[in-house]
Amino acid sequence: MDVKAKNVLEQRVYANADIFEGRMNAPLLKVEDLRAYFFMDEGIVRAVDGVSFDVQPGKVVGIVGESGCGKSVTMKAILRILEPSARIVSGKVFLRTRINSQNQQGDEELLDLTKLKPNSKRLRQIRGAEIALIPQEPMAAFSPVHTVGNQIIETIRLHQDVSKDKARQIAVEAFRAVGISMPEQRIDAYSWELSGGLRQRAIIAMALSCNPRLLIADEPTTAIDVTTQAQILNLLRNLQKERQTSIIFITHDLGVIAQMADEVVVMYLGMVMEKGEVNAIFKNPQHPYTQALLKSIPSIQSASRIKLPTIKGSIAHPFNRPKGCPFHPRCNRFMRGICDIDIPNFVNISETHVVGCFLHSKKTLLPTADK
Amino acid sequence: MEEVKANSVVQSPPLLLEVSKLKKYFPVYKGLMRKVINYVRAVDDVSFNVRHGETLGLVGESGCGKTTVSRCILRALPATDGEILFHADNGSTIDLIKLNRRQLQPLRPQMQMIFQDPYGSLNPRMTIFDIVGEPLYVHGMRKRAEREDKVADLLKLVGMRPEYMQRYPHAFSGGQRQRIGIARALALHPRLVVADEPVSALDVSVQAQVLNLLLELQEKLKLTYVFVAHDLSVVKHICDRVCVMYVGKIVEMASTADLFNYPLHPYTAALMKSVPIPDPLCRNEIQELPGEVASPVNPPKGCYFHPRCKFAVDVCRNSPPFLREIVPNHFVSCHLAEELQLEGI
Amino acid sequence: MSNNEFKKTTDNEQIKSFDDEQEKVLPASAVEPSTEAGDLFIANEAEDRVSVASNWTLVWWRFRKNKLAVVSVVILLFLAVVVLVPDFFATGDPEKTEAQLAFIPPQHIRFSFQQGRLRTWVPSVTGARDPVTLRMVWQIDETQPIYIDFFGRGRPYRILGLIETNIHLISTVNSEDLYKLHLLGTDRLGRDQWSRLVYATRVSMTIGMASVIISIILGLILGGISGYYGGLADNVIQRLIELLQSLPVIPIWLALTAALPRTWSPEQVFFAITIILALRGWTTLAREVRGRFLSLREEDFIMAAELIGCSRARTIFVHMIPTFTSHIIATSTLAIPIIIVTETSLSFLGLGLRPPAISWGVMLQEAQNIQALALAPWLLIPGVLVIISVMVFNLAGDGMRDAADPYGH
Repeated sequence: MDVKAKNVLEQRVYANADIFEGRMNAPLLKVEDLRAYFFMDEGIVRAVDGVSFDVQPGKVVGIVGESGCGKSVTMKAILRILEPSARIVSGKVFLRTRINSQNQQGDEELLDLTKLKPNSKRLRQIRGAEIALIPQEPMAAFSPVHTVGNQIIETIRLHQDVSKDKARQIAVEAFRAVGISMPEQRIDAYSWELSGGLRQRAIIAMALSCNPRLLIADEPTTAIDVTTQAQILNLLRNLQKERQTSIIFITHDLGVIAQMADEVVVMYLGMVMEKGEVNAIFKNPQHPYTQALLKSIPSIQSASRIKLPTIKGSIAHPFNRPKGCPFHPRCNRFMRGICDIDIPNFVNISETHVVGCFLHSKKTLLPTADK
Repeated sequence: MEEVKANSVVQSPPLLLEVSKLKKYFPVYKGLMRKVINYVRAVDDVSFNVRHGETLGLVGESGCGKTTVSRCILRALPATDGEILFHADNGSTIDLIKLNRRQLQPLRPQMQMIFQDPYGSLNPRMTIFDIVGEPLYVHGMRKRAEREDKVADLLKLVGMRPEYMQRYPHAFSGGQRQRIGIARALALHPRLVVADEPVSALDVSVQAQVLNLLLELQEKLKLTYVFVAHDLSVVKHICDRVCVMYVGKIVEMASTADLFNYPLHPYTAALMKSVPIPDPLCRNEIQELPGEVASPVNPPKGCYFHPRCKFAVDVCRNSPPFLREIVPNHFVSCHLAEELQLEGI
Repeated sequence: MSNNEFKKTTDNEQIKSFDDEQEKVLPASAVEPSTEAGDLFIANEAEDRVSVASNWTLVWWRFRKNKLAVVSVVILLFLAVVVLVPDFFATGDPEKTEAQLAFIPPQHIRFSFQQGRLRTWVPSVTGARDPVTLRMVWQIDETQPIYIDFFGRGRPYRILGLIETNIHLISTVNSEDLYKLHLLGTDRLGRDQWSRLVYATRVSMTIGMASVIISIILGLILGGISGYYGGLADNVIQRLIELLQSLPVIPIWLALTAALPRTWSPEQVFFAITIILALRGWTTLAREVRGRFLSLREEDFIMAAELIGCSRARTIFVHMIPTFTSHIIATSTLAIPIIIVTETSLSFLGLGLRPPAISWGVMLQEAQNIQALALAPWLLIPGVLVIISVMVFNLAGDGMRDAADPYGH
């Protein structure tokens, strides 16, 4: 690294080290007030508008939300793979990354990913080796004209300095680790020759082949059958425990979140509504959206043929986001004059449980209100 | 047991649809001369009945044939073999498979479909009035004013503002479009409505709205549903009886309560255990089924499920089981149905 | 949650029933809590217009943004008027020969003030044969102006064969001067190029349009049968298309047009040329139409139409074809210039239309030899018109295609 770049890096490192000073378990990834907007002819879409959350090492963070909530855009912003019409407008994404990805125990540095150019060398080093992505559509993620082995070997050789044969060995091992039988043969298959479940496993193998510390899984089980989904979820759980990889698990399926996540971030129309530990979110939800969402899903354990409680109205068009709290037009605890004016601040329910809702701010403002 | 049987006969409503030995095979061509080398057995000898006013669920994973069955019932696809007896409103019972296109026309108003994809099921070039009013127009209501009134009523019925009928589909969200599709399906007052995964493509918060709507409409309009879905929770919520399908065959058929509490087929039990429960405190290992869903082109010999079944024995590998009534009104297709003790919800 | 808890929440929660709904008429962008189905899924007031806009309106709005395409359409409309009423634009008689006035160059229009009025005039030209070289020479005589009258009277004609009138765009004040007005010069037979050009425009453009219309009809019908019914009909039609497309185009055209009997009248030749040019053009469209039909057959809304009880005809004409009408128009607009150039080329080679028929190609035939070009370069002006018409058709067609298919499937 030349002297100038090194100085710049040092500046970044020293400037931000204070955030992590004194913390016992410094987070692996820290997203701070991230804002990413789409600039289109018709107007500006504030796809991600002030999202903050941490990912601790070895933990699974579930981001849950419906269409238009910005969960996929957040992921793309972190990896800096946004569409050309989109831009990170403000915010920071701190990643504690190994300087030499091949050296597991080596030195670390702290980078603000938003400050790097999207196609910079450092970022390309990070993608794949530090942060890996499991995309939503396994079919679309593989090139149809190359074998899956080809693509995994390419990934391995991009990040590790190994020969072709050694890379192939690593790839075969990766296949074996994700439970693909006959890995030596399957490695030479094309993606369309594999079934849905096998393809998903192959993607996971590719993602894990360079031992990243953070895995981002973008709706990895939405496109597959429920019995295959069970296999994949178990696989991810086991791999995660074994390698202590952190996972950001993006999905709209609350059942999957309940089974996989340690912490949950609930998003709506580009903003975080509530976040906390998974037990707290499911058993003690504080935000009206979270509460309504949990009640409205039909569960296999609930009684049948009764009317489900619904959230009235529908999700607003992204161009037409309501003023103030984005959820207020559909909220059954809507307070006129408060909820449609300002965006609520975050209030701590407990040390880890945070909610962004005026119902809780009011309590702190008016101590005489019901406790 | 005799008593139970007698009671159920007296109280059960009349049959609306009787499907017998339905088969739909898609030929697989190869070569320049398009020789048929194999068949995709999408639907392989399926039989079930639907009674007035009930909701029958068809549930299964990809390739199980549930969507094909739903299309065959309505003759949107021609069946390869079998019998579909429909009890028309004039009292006669007709085999739909034997009818040609012209004979089918007068029966169309009595059976309609709700589609899965809210974006593909509405013609983007037509206004909502045109879309919902077309069934009325095709079946004789030529006066525009009359149609406008009826369309307004239908839109109000599904919870939409009638003044929206001048708009085009691109002005509406997925959930709203699905309501429009429901309004279209109900325009001719059908007796049978086949709902092909109507909520799978919708957001979670909207699914509940549409499910509630479907329940309400069933009560109001005395509809009979055949509900196709892959999501067991949705099926449990809305169906009276459920058929579980696997690779073109029905493996289990029972009332919702019986199926979910006392499943008798290993696949059904495994399916229920695979669904992730939205409760973080119940975090056991999600039980997984080994292997992949069998292919309808080349299904295994014997019982299609045996390669994945932990109870499989020789007879399972060699001879295919058939659907039989183990417990009153509970049908299972498994050699070991009497012996297995399976866990339900 | 246990069942009891679940039931309790359903009692307490406010479940809106449709019968209890209070219908409020709110503007689409209202921010108040909405009715059960929610407001329209639109961005703002401007998009409100979009939601009531039919597809054609949307296409027009997109088309409007393309300035070049809009200008092209204006020019096309003007050309269409020329095609419909050529007599209005012509000054003289396209057939009248005047050996004395051969190869006269275009007369320049002059403006002058006389008696307080602005008058336009051209100098008259007299021709004479040089007794020594025996070549035609002409002299511009400025003292003998031919005064031009806009919207003046000239040769009588019928608009569209119905209304009798004699008003022309450009005419002379004195009617005897009419046949001395040659704004674009004359050819070797002394025929007025301007008038010939106007009539040639009509013929050339009409052949283009008629040919393409026949192609569209053939392509729609055959492609539709192919795509909708499939099976044997599909096979036969596709093989026919492949056969036709594998035949080399130019030799076939040359052969067919050369085979036309010389005794045929110009109208018959015109008809035959139109058919011949259309015979190849339908294949591309048929393939595209077939592709569209095949993909549309799988669409849910088509299945819905069939389940409602739509007849086959209704499904095809009301549901399937409108989804790609704009595409047909766009591709056809792009096909017309090809036909125009083809006809021009064939006629230029003497194989298409022949005199006394007038088309751009026939006029360009006069400009085939170097002698003519050296003496009378204005004979190439029909080529300019070919260029202009091809350009505007292409620009308009591109604009139409972009407007109809903004994502360019």
